[in-house]
Amino acid sequence: MINLTLPLTKEQVRNLRAGDSVSLTGVILTARDCAHKRIKEYMEEGRQLPFELKDAIIYYAGPCPAKPGMASGSCGPTTSARMDSFAPALLDCGLGGMIGKGEMCGEVAEALKRNTAVYFAAIGGAGALYGNAIKKSECIAFDDLLSEAVYRLEVENFPAVVAMDCHGGNIYR
Amino acid sequence: MRKIDTSVIEEAVYRAARHAGVNLTQSCRAALENAYATEDEGAAKFALGELIKNSSVAHEMEMPVCQDTGMAVVMLEIGNEVFLEGKPVGEAVNSAVKRAYADGYFRKSVCDPITRKNTADNTPAAIHTEIVPGDKIKLTFMPKGFGSENMSALYMLKPAQGVGGIIDAIVETVKKAGSRPCPPVYVGVGIGGTFDGCAYLAKKALTRDIGSHSERDDIADIEKRALERINALGIGCQGFHGKVTALGVSCEWAPTHIAGLPVAVNIQCHCVRCVKEEI
Repeated sequence: MINLTLPLTKEQVRNLRAGDSVSLTGVILTARDCAHKRIKEYMEEGRQLPFELKDAIIYYAGPCPAKPGMASGSCGPTTSARMDSFAPALLDCGLGGMIGKGEMCGEVAEALKRNTAVYFAAIGGAGALYGNAIKKSECIAFDDLLSEAVYRLEVENFPAVVAMDCHGGNIYR
Repeated sequence: MRKIDTSVIEEAVYRAARHAGVNLTQSCRAALENAYATEDEGAAKFALGELIKNSSVAHEMEMPVCQDTGMAVVMLEIGNEVFLEGKPVGEAVNSAVKRAYADGYFRKSVCDPITRKNTADNTPAAIHTEIVPGDKIKLTFMPKGFGSENMSALYMLKPAQGVGGIIDAIVETVKKAGSRPCPPVYVGVGIGGTFDGCAYLAKKALTRDIGSHSERDDIADIEKRALERINALGIGCQGFHGKVTALGVSCEWAPTHIAGLPVAVNIQCHCVRCVKEEI
């Protein structure tokens, strides 16, 4: 198990290989279908996004509401392939990497190489475990999208596996 | 004639929804433990271990076992000797779903198909009613996540394709889905009927316990052969490669037209949540 503190340096990303088990601590941002559509609109209109994309890690997830006394509700990953068409442009704008579940397409693999970025797989369906790894959660953009809004999450010991690395390695192949 | 107030249905749906969002079915939990024991050391076994841990944590902390608390699928088999009183049954079911998803801190995942605007209370539920003999109501509540629903398919096969074609369709659907639907999956299959009826049969198949088999020997044989071929694909838990790609295959059937052989394959992730109650 490799312990990583976010944000990652390019040096750290270069050392990761598909299949490595990692434990992530630091800040990640959630964004899924509707948030990506809106990010794309912002980029096409040349508007500044309400959050920093550079070196950020986007978690493809839409959490459950938090119960009283908890930072987050259940919050496992959603299927990353639905974000295939958005990811390359975001990576080219400086996104450091993504977390989701399932394989992403060849264009994403190329964009990971080109930008020295990484795609982690979280364990799909382990929503309660991931909910407990979130220590702080705050909606920072697109709150009208409810569970699809962008949340800033502070996570501790968030378990994941390097699914696609910056050298073309792919755990699914 | 037995009079039942629909508020009784409402309370049963509420209880079922609250329980289902948090707990795997017993047969699913057992199948995951079996898969863990079967799998060789590696990423897939590690993930299975985490999933078993996750279901225990969800139960103990009473939080959703998966954040995709699904669209609420509600099946009501209503006895023909039942007289329903009170508010319309659809209203009762949706009221229960709305309350359960709010009180349980479940995610609201239902939206307009065009504007994508969220309905904000997880309604409407997908409600199926059947009139059956008797004076009871059989309720089945199944929250259905869409990572797996998205990987489902319906085929209008030629009658000549027969059993071989049915099994090929099942295996091909799981293969094409690959790592995306959260394997190990549970596969519900509809065989026969009409285009729409076939899809419903596949959904009904998913309400059966994992490991149960069709009462028809020839259909049970399809279930066994399809499962064997799926697990030979080697996709494994989360697509991390392994021996267990599916926990089970269940087939439901209905007579069909002489010109057709509809086959519907409804994929369910490893998070099988289903509650049944008789009223």
